[in-house]
Amino acid sequence: MKILVCISHVPDTTSKINFTDDNTKFDTNGVQFIINPNDEFGLTRSMWFKEKQGAHVTVVNVGGTETEPTLRKALAIGADAAIRVNTPAIDGFSVAKQLAKVVQDGGYDLIIAGRESLDYNGGMVPGMIAGLTNSNFVNNCISLEVDGNTAKVTREIDGGKETVSADLPLIIGGQKGIVEESDLRIPNMRGIMMARQKPLTVLDPINIAPETASVKFEKPAAKGAVKLVSPDNLDELISLLHNEAKVI
Amino acid sequence: MSVLVYIESEQGRFKKTALEVASYGKAIADQLGTTVTAITINAMETSELETYGVSKVLKVNNDSLDAFNAKIYASIIQQAAEKEGTKVVVVSSSVNSKYLAPLLSINLNAGYATNVLEAPVSTSPFIVKRTAFTNKAYEMFQINTDVKILGVSKNSFGIKENKTTASIEDFTPSIPESGIHIESVDKASNKVTIADADIVVSAGRGLKGPENWGMIEDLADVLGAATACSKPVSDLGWRPHSEHVGQTGKPVASNLYIAIGISGAIQHLAGINSSKVKVVINTDQEAPFFKAADYGVVGDAFVVVPQLIEKLKAFKAHQ
Repeated sequence: MKILVCISHVPDTTSKINFTDDNTKFDTNGVQFIINPNDEFGLTRSMWFKEKQGAHVTVVNVGGTETEPTLRKALAIGADAAIRVNTPAIDGFSVAKQLAKVVQDGGYDLIIAGRESLDYNGGMVPGMIAGLTNSNFVNNCISLEVDGNTAKVTREIDGGKETVSADLPLIIGGQKGIVEESDLRIPNMRGIMMARQKPLTVLDPINIAPETASVKFEKPAAKGAVKLVSPDNLDELISLLHNEAKVI
Repeated sequence: MSVLVYIESEQGRFKKTALEVASYGKAIADQLGTTVTAITINAMETSELETYGVSKVLKVNNDSLDAFNAKIYASIIQQAAEKEGTKVVVVSSSVNSKYLAPLLSINLNAGYATNVLEAPVSTSPFIVKRTAFTNKAYEMFQINTDVKILGVSKNSFGIKENKTTASIEDFTPSIPESGIHIESVDKASNKVTIADADIVVSAGRGLKGPENWGMIEDLADVLGAATACSKPVSDLGWRPHSEHVGQTGKPVASNLYIAIGISGAIQHLAGINSSKVKVVINTDQEAPFFKAADYGVVGDAFVVVPQLIEKLKAFKAHQ
């Protein structure tokens, strides 16, 4: 089985979010970048397929050279090969187009991406790859098994879960649950050393006109201070929620 | 040319977010000088849509469509959009809408904006305001394609009345092959879901153990709220994963979010920040949640929560 895991290179959760160039660009100054958590759950699951079912795992990112440390980290975790499509990630559509080309050229059976990235929260890349390659697609995946040419997938739905089966090739929008947080792997020294020897292929992008553009960013207005209510006066809390906030 | 809104229903009844989608569609239609057409799939009664500005309903009824299927539903909405010559399609931010919309986007060659907060800032160029960086920023987002898809954030635009009269048309689209077969569905039918709830009552490690959740459920019952929990609580197995809210769990955009014994790690706050009003109950006044909350009680949950339940019962009895 050939697996492709799509890796987004995103600012760490605790990063300060600031903008430059008259609030038109994300300020990467001093920001620590990580593997997008929703992608890392899928990457970790693919390690299980590699170890138990002999899968070959490739990771891919669309971005400039600055994303290579993130791909190397995925190799150190255990992926066999990496691909970087050498172009900035402009919008969800153009990233999906680049990835669909990689998927079609590489003949992958299982393509795992996160349900959304931590930065732009578009949540559209896995579904768009499915649409572009006309493959089966399951989003919000919280459990994934593959037996021969068929996958059994559980997805989260409002108020519960649904288990479906689908033939490969299959695109997965992954999230926590596909593996647990405690299953995530920290690269060890041997993994880091081996990652240096593994192939990282840089591909030229295909020419795509983006469909959308980021025009400008704003930061939310600073929040007012919390109103403290004494634990001995909970009637006041109820009154505030009823009369002031009007939520009960 | 009309604006097409996809109206989700659950067992034949409209979801509340769907009425927000209709209200939003009406606002755009007014901006563009056109009307709103709704597409419904196996909804029983559609007259309620006239209250929210819908002028035409394309009604699909087909027993084979009772279970949601992203590819099939996307194809149906695409056929409706093409029939109507639609330039703007509006969907919700539900799990199912976020599943089908990227497929629809490819089908229609339409640029897609998710997490949209307000009616478009301008329609030429077409710019909407959305959240990005997990609620830490707003993004002005331009869509350059002829057809556009907007996914509206829950509980941001709101439900707005706009009385109209609607014509109803039975619509029989072709149904494509799907390739996804449903094996089983596991869903609590009588519980308020986090996605639909106006109020969410959430608790964390401060509760010390799963045996203490009775009072959280009681508080939720009094308020008609859904219950939720922090990540450590679901990781410890005290509560099911489906209750985990936060960055890697479910997002919450309720009117009221009550956090009990939750310190307020940045990953937790990122997932619940879209809630309108936040209340924190915690013994530790230094807990970061107090910086994010609107109202706070510094106190022991085991003392405060039972009292709050009694007082809320009395309050509800007088309403």
